[in-house]
Amino acid sequence: MRNIWIIAKKEYDHYFASLIAYAVAFTILLVLGIIFGVNLWYYTNNAFQSSGTIPDSSSVTGAFVFLLVFFVPALTMHLVSDENRLGTLELLLTAPLRDHELIVGKWLGGFLFIFTLVVITLVYPVVIDNFVQPGIDWSMVLTSYLGVLLVTSAFLGLGVGISAMFSNQIATMFVTFTLFVFLWWLVGFPANLAPVGADVFRYLDMSTHFYDTLNQGVIQLGDLVYFLSLTALGLFIGTTAIEIRRWR
Amino acid sequence: MIKVKGLTKDYGARRAINNLTFDAEQGEIVGFLGPNGAGKTTTMRILSGYMPPTDGEAVVAGFDVVTDSIEVRRRVGYMPETVPLYRDMSVYDFLKFMADLRHLPNAEDRIDETLELVAMTDRADGYIGNLSKGMKQRIGLAQALLHRPEVLILDEPTIGLDPGQVVEVRELIKEIGKERTVLLSTHILSEAQNICDRVLIINKGKIVTEDTPENLQARLVGAERVILRIRGEQDDLPLLLKKVKGVEDVEPRSDGSVEFAFAPGRDVRPEVARALIKEGYDLLEMRLVGLSLEEIFLELTGSEGKGN
Repeated sequence: MRNIWIIAKKEYDHYFASLIAYAVAFTILLVLGIIFGVNLWYYTNNAFQSSGTIPDSSSVTGAFVFLLVFFVPALTMHLVSDENRLGTLELLLTAPLRDHELIVGKWLGGFLFIFTLVVITLVYPVVIDNFVQPGIDWSMVLTSYLGVLLVTSAFLGLGVGISAMFSNQIATMFVTFTLFVFLWWLVGFPANLAPVGADVFRYLDMSTHFYDTLNQGVIQLGDLVYFLSLTALGLFIGTTAIEIRRWR
Repeated sequence: MIKVKGLTKDYGARRAINNLTFDAEQGEIVGFLGPNGAGKTTTMRILSGYMPPTDGEAVVAGFDVVTDSIEVRRRVGYMPETVPLYRDMSVYDFLKFMADLRHLPNAEDRIDETLELVAMTDRADGYIGNLSKGMKQRIGLAQALLHRPEVLILDEPTIGLDPGQVVEVRELIKEIGKERTVLLSTHILSEAQNICDRVLIINKGKIVTEDTPENLQARLVGAERVILRIRGEQDDLPLLLKKVKGVEDVEPRSDGSVEFAFAPGRDVRPEVARALIKEGYDLLEMRLVGLSLEEIFLELTGSEGKGN
């Protein structure tokens, strides 16, 4: 556990020491801020009409996970592949550190970084809460935020796993991004067309596990299992990639 | 401290090291000498817990490198050949990270001591990316020494350094080797001669021979060789030399001088000088060339070694 934390802390610090953290944080927070502002304007306009809807922050969390598809590959591409390219992996693999501790530590470092951004965006529901009487449904807000963290976890797990297989950052980024696009959009298409196996495609489609349930405030065991098993799969692939590297 | 028996490693179909057996005691500096691709790095990677061997066993600091890899890694300090470091970290932050990974209780003190040992205290806050090659080498050594390991494994510790730095690093290794076991690899023969208590000559994954540097040289020196130069025409010189008793193997050299040999313990140089003067030649130079470790190496590793 301590080793995982040491690796995670180094990666977390690395994000802030390099410009990546600020670039990613700036872009994500800017886009979300604009979306939130537009929404707030829309809600206030509607509030004077009978057709007014109950404001919530699901548009912010919905946009957040959409941005993750693009930003997580940029955040995970260097995690293991760069250690491999620079040769520093040799230092880590000869330190008293187990392979899975290294991989989980890398994942945790990325997770804590996005967690920091998530905490910052909690300001949006707080603002809405102040505008609305008798306040917003916090259980729904927190469920959608749990959804963001679960998507983050799965994306980062897969990203770290892929990063461990390559020594080139750009290759890592493209493979990761392609996989995310596939999981987020492409795999869902055949679900409505395929005569057989539609359920399988629907289950694999990541966006439905978020938009249809968690972002609406619904927690289902199936969704939790989906995100956590993708995380575990990614971390397992990463650890195995390191082990294969040793034996080769 | 290091016990290696029948160690073998295959990369696919290629056998990198083949049935290596050797050991190293505490307080001993053992040098691995061999051309590039001889299997030095592979052996060191196995001993440092980086990769498991295909066959055979290795015990380092009392633990098996395969079954107790983590215990071995706790007790070994390893500097990889290319000295990989995080360029965007400061020297201090990097060493702190490595110290944390080794769970050192008094990390700050250890880092300060180690920086002093490698004479890098004044660069502690500098970025590693801005350091010279020699300084990076010292930081690589520092991370290997942080936890005061029982066994120190250094892969080509002086490669790429300028002559002044080479001397410094060698002195440092000698100092460390007084109490600990040091295994270092090199393809510079004078280096092995200079710092090692024992040299293992390795080629094509096999140990060719193993001895102290002095013994190695003594074992192979069958004859002493002399290079001789005179003013003017040298054409008749070989004929004249052959007349002097004890002179063997006379060979004109491309630069106009002549090389000859004599049996050890029978120094014929005074006789040669007298003969030359008597015949009216102007003697410019007469130089003894002992068989170098380079030549020993070539002789021991055979024709394959010459390619390198």
